Amino acid sequence: MLGKLTWAAIPFNQPIPLVTSIILVIGIVALLALITLKGWWPYLWKEWITSTDHKRLGVMYMVLGLVMLLRGFSDAIMMRAQLALAQGSAPGFLPPEHYDQIFSAHGTIMIFFVAMPFVIGLMNFAVPLQLGVRDVCFPVLNSVSFWLTAAGVLLVNVSLVVGEFAKTGWLAYPPLSELAYSPGVGVDYYLWSLQISGLGTLLTGINFTTTILKMRAPGMGYMRMPVFCWTALAANLLIVAAFPILTATFAMLLLDRYCGFHFFTPDLGGNPMMYINLIWCWGHPEVYILILPCFGVFSEVIATFSSKPLFGYHSMVVATMAICVLSFLVWLHHFFTMGASADVNAFFGIMTMIIAVPTGVKVFNWLFTMYGGSIRFTVPIYWALGFMVTFVLGGLTGVLLAVPPADFVLHNSLFLIAHFHNVIIGGVVFGVLAGYNYWFPKAFGFTLDETLGKAVFWCWFIGFYLAFMPLYALGIMGATRRMQHYADPSWQPYMIAAFCGAVVIFIGIGLMVVQLWWSIRTREQRRDLTGDPWNGRTLEWGTASPPPAWNYAVEPHVTGIDAFWAVKTKNKELHKVAETRYEAEHQPHYETIHMPKRSATGFISAFFAVFLGFGLIWHIWWLAIIAIIGCLAVLLRQAWDMDRDQLIDGAELEDFDRRHPSLGAQR
Amino acid sequence: MSGGANTAVLDAHGRPIPLSERGPASTWSMISFGFWLFLLSDIVIFASLFATYAVLSNATAGGPAGHDIFELKGVFIETCCLLASSFSCGLMLIAARRRQLQRFYVWAVVTWVLGAAFISLEVSEFSDLVAKGFGPSHSAFLSAFFTLVGTHGCHVSSGLLWLLVMMTQVATLGLRTTVVRRLFCFSLFWHALDLVWIGVFTIVYLGSLHV
Amino acid sequence: MSDTNSELEDEVSTNAKGYMAGLGLAILLTLASFGLARTHLVWGPGMPVLLAVLAIAQMGIHLVFFMHVNASEEGENTALALGFGIFIVFLVVFGSLVIMNNLSGFMPTMDQLMKMQR
Repeated sequence: MLGKLTWAAIPFNQPIPLVTSIILVIGIVALLALITLKGWWPYLWKEWITSTDHKRLGVMYMVLGLVMLLRGFSDAIMMRAQLALAQGSAPGFLPPEHYDQIFSAHGTIMIFFVAMPFVIGLMNFAVPLQLGVRDVCFPVLNSVSFWLTAAGVLLVNVSLVVGEFAKTGWLAYPPLSELAYSPGVGVDYYLWSLQISGLGTLLTGINFTTTILKMRAPGMGYMRMPVFCWTALAANLLIVAAFPILTATFAMLLLDRYCGFHFFTPDLGGNPMMYINLIWCWGHPEVYILILPCFGVFSEVIATFSSKPLFGYHSMVVATMAICVLSFLVWLHHFFTMGASADVNAFFGIMTMIIAVPTGVKVFNWLFTMYGGSIRFTVPIYWALGFMVTFVLGGLTGVLLAVPPADFVLHNSLFLIAHFHNVIIGGVVFGVLAGYNYWFPKAFGFTLDETLGKAVFWCWFIGFYLAFMPLYALGIMGATRRMQHYADPSWQPYMIAAFCGAVVIFIGIGLMVVQLWWSIRTREQRRDLTGDPWNGRTLEWGTASPPPAWNYAVEPHVTGIDAFWAVKTKNKELHKVAETRYEAEHQPHYETIHMPKRSATGFISAFFAVFLGFGLIWHIWWLAIIAIIGCLAVLLRQAWDMDRDQLIDGAELEDFDRRHPSLGAQR
Repeated sequence: MSGGANTAVLDAHGRPIPLSERGPASTWSMISFGFWLFLLSDIVIFASLFATYAVLSNATAGGPAGHDIFELKGVFIETCCLLASSFSCGLMLIAARRRQLQRFYVWAVVTWVLGAAFISLEVSEFSDLVAKGFGPSHSAFLSAFFTLVGTHGCHVSSGLLWLLVMMTQVATLGLRTTVVRRLFCFSLFWHALDLVWIGVFTIVYLGSLHV
Repeated sequence: MSDTNSELEDEVSTNAKGYMAGLGLAILLTLASFGLARTHLVWGPGMPVLLAVLAIAQMGIHLVFFMHVNASEEGENTALALGFGIFIVFLVVFGSLVIMNNLSGFMPTMDQLMKMQR
């Protein structure tokens, strides 16, 4: 009746998961109770849960990423603490089977449920605003994408309370992930939550590629788009091209586990290396999906706070698209040591080094942008400068690893761990936090506290170096990854230093929470009344903060790069003309517009997706069948819904603009 | 959202405005392109399955290889059914575009029947193989074969379900713009499946003859 | 929202000529593939190449005659996306084949590896 599910699934005999689960459940119940008592459900349902507004969805993605950062980081600090303690005969405090789940959960959560939501959240919020349009091409699909991601998050968190998680690392290599060697539900939790959220991500890729290519303000030709939109385009093209490979590969592993197929089993002809080959065919583009939008954020931030146009716009675009294509030509560097010949290794080693070139072009363009500019040292610029130093260092160690003979020594050592954390933290985390500080005032109408923001930066920056530089040394000294315990006493000081670094980052994360809380409390002191707190260059800074649901009452007409800068410059010239004549000549014309209605389709499909996943994981077949029927029902209901638009009257648009005079892109 | 086709093709000086600068594209253009991207993602799934099939095609674990178990006559009939249904799908779309309701239903039913014939032939091929002990759990080659061809079959079956839904939509909502757009998307999907089938019969079935 | 179907109607022709041409060519290519594969008219090692060419040709017929892929200004994005997709397919399939073939030449088979575990 309940498949494999029994009371034994709840970790009564494991103190750490048990305590964490209790805290988690109490926390969630308390939150739901608070919302109910305060009567916030109607507001939340109408304004957030059923929203199809890209700005709201962007905020929700960021919240999701932030919450999961807390869980992913707790895994990290537990690992660092364990390794600081567990030398020689000291056992540490985490048994191996538990440690294995922790490093697997850490990687899975950080990549799929922290980094991806953050990056997709920033793209959701900013891309339509930068393109000068009112929403993405497929708003309901956008909502579905978010809620499917949230469904994946829910399943991963349920694994903490009911059952276990995978012990196979964040990529679940077979044969270990096959049924014979992982008979529990852990790998199934991993596979189903990622298949569900992967579908959401793929739909985002389709949505944003279509939006960027087919829906831009009049006059915004391809070479007049902000660079963030170019990097978002490249990332979404990579999503459309690479995520299906992940879907297919996971599907094959699921067939092995559920139906006794032999794709990757060690017997009857299966080939585990094919899994590794395919998963990295996806895996390498995935890291570029994460980093490219962050490169875009830095382009925007550096140009804005240097008060100069971005240097080398054309070469930035070419470099971005080159990285997009080249990212598909390097994947074997993730498994140099796994049996390929020297020629094949050499080819991929050289390709990996080549891909560093367009990245180098970007770094030089950023440097040349800052050179000669008058730089304002705000929090986003701190992140940008920190990024340039840190990411270049990480990239250098990457080029070092790209040399196959070097990789034979360093593969799967802590050197590798240090390298990818170097580029992901230095690149993706720093980029997301820069974007978060940069666009926060646009989203909420007030800036974040600068002092606390700088404190957050320094904690992350110092904490990162303290945590990961020792790992480079340890890797060279021979330390392997994913160890729960080690013998060599000379490693322990480094492990302790790394743990201290993790503590400093922990303080940084705590300060992030404090910054948010304090900024909200003192928001009146930092209200953004003009819509343009940073003297920005792109169209989004011409809207009110926060923008109305429709973004632009009148479609902006774009005549060049940095469209909003052109508007501001022209306005300054025009204001020399007598005011009355200027106003008479430049009255915007407000027409009735169509906007998408809100929709419960996303939330309800995700609701059924969670039960589908849970049913499949625990072999509760009747639950899975009901859930599939539910998903089909939602789909059919959506198909017959012909009433998806709402009209907004020109008078309402005009009224909003009068009450929120912004520097106005439409003037 | 304002997806109105911006009709300005010439600027104030009479020079042609490039398509990329004419503002948001029409709803049709967006839907068509978005659906193409979806099709491409589907084709990448098939590429992964083709790659796996190619790599595992010799991993027969002492069991049968392709040329031992494939019957080309059935495959040829399946191919004809699918190709013919692709053609009838085109005629169905033309009838929809011309708002010829009866013709639409005729060609829709023909498409559906041909597609169903394809599926029933494939199902009988599969159940035959399983009955003989050559099911997908008996070797990596068989797993890869059943998954590649089976995934294509699942897509065709989903297409048949979609076509039924579309016929119901036409019956209840008429041949309105939204419905005709969906029919066009369906036809792209259906043709794409025939395209993938070309790969399947060439690489899997005909390819087994000369290994 | 533009509720006219003018662009859709431009893409779908009002008659079946394109479809009939496509069907005819596709039938010819299918017959050629099935027919030639079972004979020995073509030199052995050349057969896979011929079959591949016939398959690609037929896929092209489908794209042009049935799916209306063309070189128009409006269809440019679609054609580029298709090109990118073909590139990915080519990479995944041939890349995997090259790599896996290379690996199998250098590593013991899974059976041998499993025996070493005992």
